[in-house]
Amino acid sequence: MSLRNALFAASALALVSTAAQAETITIATVNNGDMIRMQGLTDDFTTKTGHTVEWVTLEENVLRQRVTTDITTKGGQFDILTIGMYETPIWGANGWLIPLDDLSEDYDVDDILPAMAGGLSHDGTLYAAPFYGESSMIMYRTDLMEKAGMEMPEAPTWQFIREAAAAMTDRDNDINGICLRGKAGWGEGGAFITAMSNSFGARWFDMDWNAQFDTKPWADTLNFYVGMMNESGPAGYATNGFNENLSLFQQGKCGMWIDATVAASFVTNPDDSTVADSVGFALAPDTGLGKRSNWLWAWALAIPAGTAKEAAAKQFIEWATSKDYIELVAEKEGWANVPPGARTSLYENPNYQAVPFAKMTLESILSADPNNSTVEPSPYVGIQFAAIPEFAGIATEVSQEFSAVYAGQQTVEEALEKAQAITNDAMEAAGYR
Amino acid sequence: MATQHSRSAARFMMAPAVILLLGWMLVPLVMTLWFSFRRFLPNRPDIVPGWVGFDNYVRFVTSSAFWPSVQTTLIIVGGALLITIVLGVLLAMLLDQPMWGQGVVRILVIAPFFVMPTVSALVWKNIFMDPVNGLFSHLWRAFGAEPVVWLSDAPLFSIILIVSWQWLPFATLILLTAIQSLDSEQLEASEMDGAPPLSRFFYIILPHLSRAITIVILIQTIFLLSIFAEIFVTTGGAFGTRTLTYLIFQRVLESQNVGLGSAGGVYAIILANIIAIFLMRIVGKNLDA
Repeated sequence: MSLRNALFAASALALVSTAAQAETITIATVNNGDMIRMQGLTDDFTTKTGHTVEWVTLEENVLRQRVTTDITTKGGQFDILTIGMYETPIWGANGWLIPLDDLSEDYDVDDILPAMAGGLSHDGTLYAAPFYGESSMIMYRTDLMEKAGMEMPEAPTWQFIREAAAAMTDRDNDINGICLRGKAGWGEGGAFITAMSNSFGARWFDMDWNAQFDTKPWADTLNFYVGMMNESGPAGYATNGFNENLSLFQQGKCGMWIDATVAASFVTNPDDSTVADSVGFALAPDTGLGKRSNWLWAWALAIPAGTAKEAAAKQFIEWATSKDYIELVAEKEGWANVPPGARTSLYENPNYQAVPFAKMTLESILSADPNNSTVEPSPYVGIQFAAIPEFAGIATEVSQEFSAVYAGQQTVEEALEKAQAITNDAMEAAGYR
Repeated sequence: MATQHSRSAARFMMAPAVILLLGWMLVPLVMTLWFSFRRFLPNRPDIVPGWVGFDNYVRFVTSSAFWPSVQTTLIIVGGALLITIVLGVLLAMLLDQPMWGQGVVRILVIAPFFVMPTVSALVWKNIFMDPVNGLFSHLWRAFGAEPVVWLSDAPLFSIILIVSWQWLPFATLILLTAIQSLDSEQLEASEMDGAPPLSRFFYIILPHLSRAITIVILIQTIFLLSIFAEIFVTTGGAFGTRTLTYLIFQRVLESQNVGLGSAGGVYAIILANIIAIFLMRIVGKNLDA
């Protein structure tokens, strides 16, 4: 065989083997801005690895149901799932996810923020890589605060927030002192009120898995929330979730908003927000009991056990949650739009430190501890949720009772009584009590 | 006339379609029945699935959420039927009149039927009923009134309104077709005999429409019993808007309790059949005429 023929054969062989390795992976993801941006940048992944990607993009609630059904029935529709901190430890414990304990050295797994890695692990093994992470914090209008003659401390109390909200409220000009989630759903109003209740000393369960809605801290939490929202909240707050409040804040109709730290980039973006140049940030409030009312969450990528494309899926996860990806987004869209909250190195980067909300986001994330979220000891992991499979169902029903209070359809006592019964019934049926 | 041979050939050729359709209905039905007698919690692999007899049925029907959800379902179905039939008759009579731009008006009236339930619920929620930015709130304020927080202050009425808006075109279309088949000589004769408009409506038009109204009631009831998207998008089952379908969805998908939810599914089938038999007995007689 001549040298020319040998080279030709070798090249052909190389091409064939590359083609054989190139896979098409199917990824289920949520329709959040950061994920949509990731889809737009997929070409970079395909160029680097030869693998192609098929996206199934769904609204958050629908995504949760689709991936949960797929994994519990071993449907095998997806090679990568976008899941959160609630599902990851439960599914990891069930053996439904492939452990991410052999990621490459370049990936630098130790750079992942400890709070994120902890929340996405089971028994110390990482089961999902954080695409972005968040806590919650106060976003407030600096101009309205000044007009009210008040100054926001870096770590305010709930009492201060209530007073500031009342001072900023201007019903004639359609300005509400504070906008908070009230919408039914465990991931909507349920998440907010649970995080808030932690700072009032409440918890979902005692150490024997008995519901705790008949205790004073829960009554205090709900009475305070309803009182403050009736004084200074927007009309119809019982149906407001993240998106509704974001829109109100961007339109200049809220003095304060306590919600996910990722919202900071939306409210400070002059293209979308009419108040972009007058937004300040502070830690979520407390009541002096040692717990603040901020939560911890990550949207993360995980590989379902049983996929035939594990290697390609791992390559994608490494690409999408790497330092290089962050640089890629920064280069194309600016530092304010990179996926936040996942890596320590991002917060050490001087370019990112110049972003106005970077410092407060990091402080909020660092102050959240899902393993120790309540004042009294509790048997569950999680801040705005309890990481047990039954929680989503129970908390959705409980939050529906709370929303009925916000709408003035029942009293706090009635709602708490029902919540107690719903929770204890479900826990009994599930064999916890 | 069909011969023995051609009848056999017809049966043979129809068999695949019949088997497919039977399977289409039977497989889910049998699976629902099967699961309803089992403890099946997909999220809890530590709990071994097993037979539980009628436990799921007892738990579903004794849960505090069951009767309120049946009641809500019936209120929504009844409310939407009432609105769509009354307005449907009126609209059908209006559209039957010769008028300028009749074609365009008819298309506009039936347009909501082509909008997906999820989209229409979102449009109503965000564009019309939003208490801050919604069209209704601006209207209310223009007249100096406090805006109504529709989805939490009048949740059932709001959902009935959204559903009725979607189903009105269907009722109108069926009723319009029926009105157009009314013999105009009959109406003219009664007019010449001096019958006032209201008498003409109650003694001639309404009896003529009774078959069409029956069809509207039967078809709409079947679809309205399983209404889901409008509730999912607007209230998420809060404020007393949890229908039986929504409760089953919560049990199966949110609580991941397939056994309990399946028992609920069987109850839903029974409820739908009771209502169907009831309707057939009361109003179905019209169809025989």
